[in-house]
Amino acid sequence: MSASSAFNDEKGGSSSVGEPEYGHDPASGGIFSSDYKRHDDLKEMLDSNKDSLKLEAMKRIVAMIARGKNASDLFPAVVKNVACKNIEVKKLVYVYLVRYAEEQQDLALLSISTFQRGLKDPNQLIRASALRVLSSIRVTIIVPIMMLAIKEAASDMSPYVRKTAAHAIPKLYSLDPEQKDQLIEVIEKLLADKTTLVAGSVVMAFEEVCPERIDLIHKNYRKLCNLLIDVEEWGQVVIINMLTRYARTQFLNPNINESLLEESGEKAFYGSDDEEGKEEKADAAALAKRKPYVMDPDHRLLLRNTKPLLQSRNAAVVMAVAQLYFHLAPKAEVGVIAKALVRLMRSHSEVQYVVLQNVATMTIKRRGMFEPYLKSFYIRSTDPTQIKVLKLEVLTNLANETNISTILREFQTYIKSMDKDFVAATIQAIGRCATNIGEVRDTCLNGLVQLLSNRDELVVAESVVVIKKLLQMQPEQHSDIIKHMAKLTDNIQVPMARASILWLIGEYCEHVPKIAPDVLRKMAKTFTNEEDIVKLQIINLAAKLYLTNSKQTKLLTQYVLNLAKYDQNYDIRDRARFIRQLIVPTDKSGALSKYAKKLFLALKPAPVLESPFKDRDHFQLGSLSHLLNTKAGGYQELPDWPESAPDPSVRNVEVPEWTKCTSREKRKDKKVEKPFYSDSEGESGPTESADSESDSGSASESGSESGSGSEESGSESGSEESEEDSESEEEERDEEEEKKKRKKRPERSGSESESEEEEESESESSESESESEEESESETDSKKTKKSKKEKKEISLLDLDDFETTPIEVTPVNNFLSNSLVTDLEGLSLTDTVMNPTTIAPSGAVKTYELLHRITGEGLAVEYCFSRQPFGPDPHMVAVQIQFTNNTSSETKNLHMEEPKLLSGMRIKEFPEIEVLPPGESATVVMGIDFCDSTQAANFQLCTHTKKFFVSIQPPVGELMMPVFLTENEFKKEQGKLMGMNEITEKLTLGEKCQSDHAIVQRVTSAANVSRVPCGSDKECRFAGKTVTSGSLVLVTVVTKEERAAQLTVNCEKMVIGTMLVKDILQALTQ
Amino acid sequence: MIHSLFLINSAGDIFLEKHWKSVISRSVCDYFFEAQEKAGEPDNVPPVIRTPHHYLINIYREKIFFVSVIQTEVPPLFVIEFLHRVAEMFQDYFGESSEAAIKDNVVIVYELLEEMLDNGFPLATESNILKELIKPPTILRSVVNTITGSSNVGETLPTGQLSTIPWRRAGVKYTNNEAYFDVVEEIDAILDKSGTTVFAEIQGVIDACVKLSGMPDLTLSFMNPRLLDDVSFHPCVRFKRWESERVLSFVPPDGNFQLMSYHVSAQNLVAIPVYVKQNISFFETGSSGRLDITVGPKQTMGKTVECVLVTIHMPKVILSANLTPTQGTYTYDPVTKILMWDIGKLNHQKLPNLKGSLSLQSGAAKPEENPSLNIEFKIQQLAISGLKVNRLDMYGEKYKPFKGVKYVTKAGKFQVRT
Repeated sequence: MSASSAFNDEKGGSSSVGEPEYGHDPASGGIFSSDYKRHDDLKEMLDSNKDSLKLEAMKRIVAMIARGKNASDLFPAVVKNVACKNIEVKKLVYVYLVRYAEEQQDLALLSISTFQRGLKDPNQLIRASALRVLSSIRVTIIVPIMMLAIKEAASDMSPYVRKTAAHAIPKLYSLDPEQKDQLIEVIEKLLADKTTLVAGSVVMAFEEVCPERIDLIHKNYRKLCNLLIDVEEWGQVVIINMLTRYARTQFLNPNINESLLEESGEKAFYGSDDEEGKEEKADAAALAKRKPYVMDPDHRLLLRNTKPLLQSRNAAVVMAVAQLYFHLAPKAEVGVIAKALVRLMRSHSEVQYVVLQNVATMTIKRRGMFEPYLKSFYIRSTDPTQIKVLKLEVLTNLANETNISTILREFQTYIKSMDKDFVAATIQAIGRCATNIGEVRDTCLNGLVQLLSNRDELVVAESVVVIKKLLQMQPEQHSDIIKHMAKLTDNIQVPMARASILWLIGEYCEHVPKIAPDVLRKMAKTFTNEEDIVKLQIINLAAKLYLTNSKQTKLLTQYVLNLAKYDQNYDIRDRARFIRQLIVPTDKSGALSKYAKKLFLALKPAPVLESPFKDRDHFQLGSLSHLLNTKAGGYQELPDWPESAPDPSVRNVEVPEWTKCTSREKRKDKKVEKPFYSDSEGESGPTESADSESDSGSASESGSESGSGSEESGSESGSEESEEDSESEEEERDEEEEKKKRKKRPERSGSESESEEEEESESESSESESESEEESESETDSKKTKKSKKEKKEISLLDLDDFETTPIEVTPVNNFLSNSLVTDLEGLSLTDTVMNPTTIAPSGAVKTYELLHRITGEGLAVEYCFSRQPFGPDPHMVAVQIQFTNNTSSETKNLHMEEPKLLSGMRIKEFPEIEVLPPGESATVVMGIDFCDSTQAANFQLCTHTKKFFVSIQPPVGELMMPVFLTENEFKKEQGKLMGMNEITEKLTLGEKCQSDHAIVQRVTSAANVSRVPCGSDKECRFAGKTVTSGSLVLVTVVTKEERAAQLTVNCEKMVIGTMLVKDILQALTQ
Repeated sequence: MIHSLFLINSAGDIFLEKHWKSVISRSVCDYFFEAQEKAGEPDNVPPVIRTPHHYLINIYREKIFFVSVIQTEVPPLFVIEFLHRVAEMFQDYFGESSEAAIKDNVVIVYELLEEMLDNGFPLATESNILKELIKPPTILRSVVNTITGSSNVGETLPTGQLSTIPWRRAGVKYTNNEAYFDVVEEIDAILDKSGTTVFAEIQGVIDACVKLSGMPDLTLSFMNPRLLDDVSFHPCVRFKRWESERVLSFVPPDGNFQLMSYHVSAQNLVAIPVYVKQNISFFETGSSGRLDITVGPKQTMGKTVECVLVTIHMPKVILSANLTPTQGTYTYDPVTKILMWDIGKLNHQKLPNLKGSLSLQSGAAKPEENPSLNIEFKIQQLAISGLKVNRLDMYGEKYKPFKGVKYVTKAGKFQVRT
């Protein structure tokens, strides 16, 4: 059998064609029995009147075709039977025709009339199959007939025939591309078809014939989205892929804001300098153009209608939806695809292979998405190697400070595997983890050094190569490892490893001054037997040693160079000649030799170990091109998002009243009917902004990056509060101490990044970040007391214990000064009515808020607080004190603000530009904002000499006022004026820690910038303030009763402010 | 899309070829053979191979490579999924998708392939539709055909093609109307040396065999649908009903099909029904080693663990094994280095144990790693996740069907590291 098939590989060798065989008995026979008589036999059967004989003959012929044997000489006999009544014979004749018509065009024409008759048959199956065959025989002469048939079939009654027409379009197109324009007309017509049966096929035709005619889709876009779920699986894949491309041209990027932040965050890992510069410019441009993002309802429609398809049993459909979400969905919603993709990992290994490739690309861009499924990527010893390597890639991409210990433990078991290719890949992976995550670098290095004593040479060699890369990052600390590796030269034979060791010794010869010459001596001895790559490194080593230690190694170097001079390999000879000229001073030696040392011993940048999947996402995921990482023929580029959205009304369908507005309403109605959608999407209307991430439930589900980010900041602010409290307790301390503290503070903020890292590594040991946060929140009380004690004892502020639990603590530098200033002023105006200046004064409890996190700000951290000082230049403005901290290693220049985006009436007084902020330093400035007595945020850009950051300041209601000083009588009088609607009363239960008068005063004054009004009753506390802009009075009364019960009354002309203030104070008091 | 298909057996013979567009010479398969040789194991053949003018996308099933030839961009999963569907269709038609079965039914295979793809784009992949177009071969039918001369090719368009439920044909009639559901759960787990679970999850499927007349509309509900973390459905299941009410509502295909597959979230701790005590060690000298494995039941909810089979891929240096099992039989294949211990039922009173010595190649260094154990088992009448079908209701038809649900738990990829 094998012999015969091999022999018949070539087509056209009709003389050697094997005999026809019975379908049931294909194993019999071979080339030796081939003769013409058997073929005559078949011809006879085909010519007979009996259908059963014809059928038998056709079966044999088809069996021949199936095995790749040539049956073309039977064409005339077969084609006669095209009009046979027996449907099975007919079908087999069709099979034969489609296979050979191209080769025998003239004879094939004989059959055309039959098909033309078939096209008019009342039976839709016969009409359809006639069209199928007619369009499948690739004979150019019949192009006009085909065109006519397709056009006719496109308006057939039966959707099945129309589907067949759609299938015929690409066939005709490939036969004669000239017909494109006419075919597009047919496609346009079929695109408007409302049946699900046609939709998939016509989109496929569209993709093959005119993928660039995106305008044809507009009118059908909504219909396609709505039909999608009922289309057959294969059609779904094609439609989804096409719609992904369509959406990229028609809608705005839902992640405009996040993507900027994200990219800048990522750059810390990968970006090289000049690349960064370019991107920065782009960023700046994008930032300048930024508008509040509103998702197009049609964009939302697509996302919503594809989501259920993630549950499809067809892996291709799931993948198509996944790539659609990856390319189109707002970041917070992408998480939903992770679960579905992980499910596909249970499927056949080929499916796994493709899915893992795509997951690997996704994990680089959106790591958070797959982190919960880390364990699903654990490797089994029974996995095929190619799957193992891909899983390893995913695991490496997923590694971060939190999970690295688990991952390394997993890697440890992998190293023991019997599959050596896989072990080598694991060692590479460890190397990459070590470079990406600084904390574990030493652990990894130690682990790798232990592997050097492994018995398997491949393992050792791979470890050497990886260690070399790691050592390059910090060679000073590891001279003992270099020594250890020097010893290995005696045993390791793998050339790459030997070369790596030699390079290391040469590069860091000053760390191992005694060993290096000895290694060279040994190498010189074996020079002639080494591989080329090793020889080159020996020459390299010799040259470097000659330059640093010429006394000991001069002769050795000469010897090595002489050996190299007569080497067989010209590269080595060249290298030897070049080096001799460069390092050995002769009379002729040129100017270069002066710089030999600089040439050879220049500091070399550490290599960047990065994923081979980086940057693959510019290919549409799930595509063949993505898998191969090269453009495949016919690949349609995924276009970039447009800068401004094209007119959305093009998608409106003819029905005149169906304008955008009504369509929205309609859709809303629909949603009421189908609780399923509103369930999954929450209250998200058709227009929603992706800026607010909370609008989708998925954020909380998947714990996406953005989610965790906000959590982090939450915890920070929480602990800050505790800081403040403790500070306010120490308020009585004299200023001297504070001055000391102030001096120390800059140091402290300098080491801020360190402390944070430590904190992170700490949380690594705990099971999950969120848990640890909860703990820390619940423990705030105990911490508070602990800390205040600590500070009272005057323990050095740089104490490490302190860092373990304290996150960044930045208090405005001149806060204390200003406070005292305010109290002084108050003291002046109030004289004897003041009960105790320290309690009346707005306490030191000034909350700092984060304006720019140091990660998103690329090392620039910005915090702000409301200093509660009157703002000098304009009394109607709220003073905002901003502190910049430069955590980078380079200077930040020209810090200033630009382009405030404000609501009407709001004004901003900019702070003076900071010209230079040296690394590690902080600077504080004050700006004024007139919020117009509203809590709307003030948006503006913070600019440095290279970057722009979008920031916003939103004031708590308590900061919109300033204290006024009233006597008890005045207070009562004013309160009398503000009754009824202007008075809000609320009952409350005081918090445990908040029962004393003192505590109440403190809480209220920290929640709002008001001052205390003296009061005769000891059960009442009164406060007064006025809003900054309009000067409306704000009066607050807290009446305490038995058992921690209390009553809060706020009187204010501005009811909105009053209500919000009540809420804030209530919260402050009940805590 | 899909240009051509070649079926290649393990000996490297191309025993079937089908072209949907112009003919592509089978010499294109040489690139595949090259890749196959490089990969060694059939598992390691890359599913996508690039050649100068074509792309080859292949799957490996039942010792046959299905190699498809692609010329332009197409989602690889699209092709892979389709090829698997082809293999499944063969299985459906001939009982197995082996080389012998395909060769025996080459004409039907050819007709099937012709119907499944048109110009390389899938046309009909639903088994119900195909079975109306091309009747599966049965002995009875072939006898009848030879006598009456009738063909096994349908003359009218399958009813499913045009309806909104393409998976079901109209006019189904049974004398006994029955609907059976099998809940099959597989435990995927990795246990480490000390027996602690590194990773465990439950994957389940519900296989259905529905033989009901007419157009029944079924509703299947669970006692505890919350258990299900991730689900995927046969297209017949109405996803909206599932989302809102957590019931499976569907018009079933006729015959056997997989209704749904699901995943039970890791939060619900997976009960591992067996434990393994193992001790495999190699001596520094004397080129020998010792092996001692005990398997016992654990958390089986009172059910017996059956069909227990332990498979160990031994390191290459192991020449032979001399072991004594207290229960079942063991085999060691010195060529593939696979040790198989077929235990059978697990007994609470007497735990099965396999003990003895391993002999190594003389002079070879002792292997550094211990082989990991793959374990298979089966527990009848139990869904380990605790999933329970509540009830099955039928609407749309008047008769009363027989209904039944069966539960089975199996080991999936169950591995013990040593």
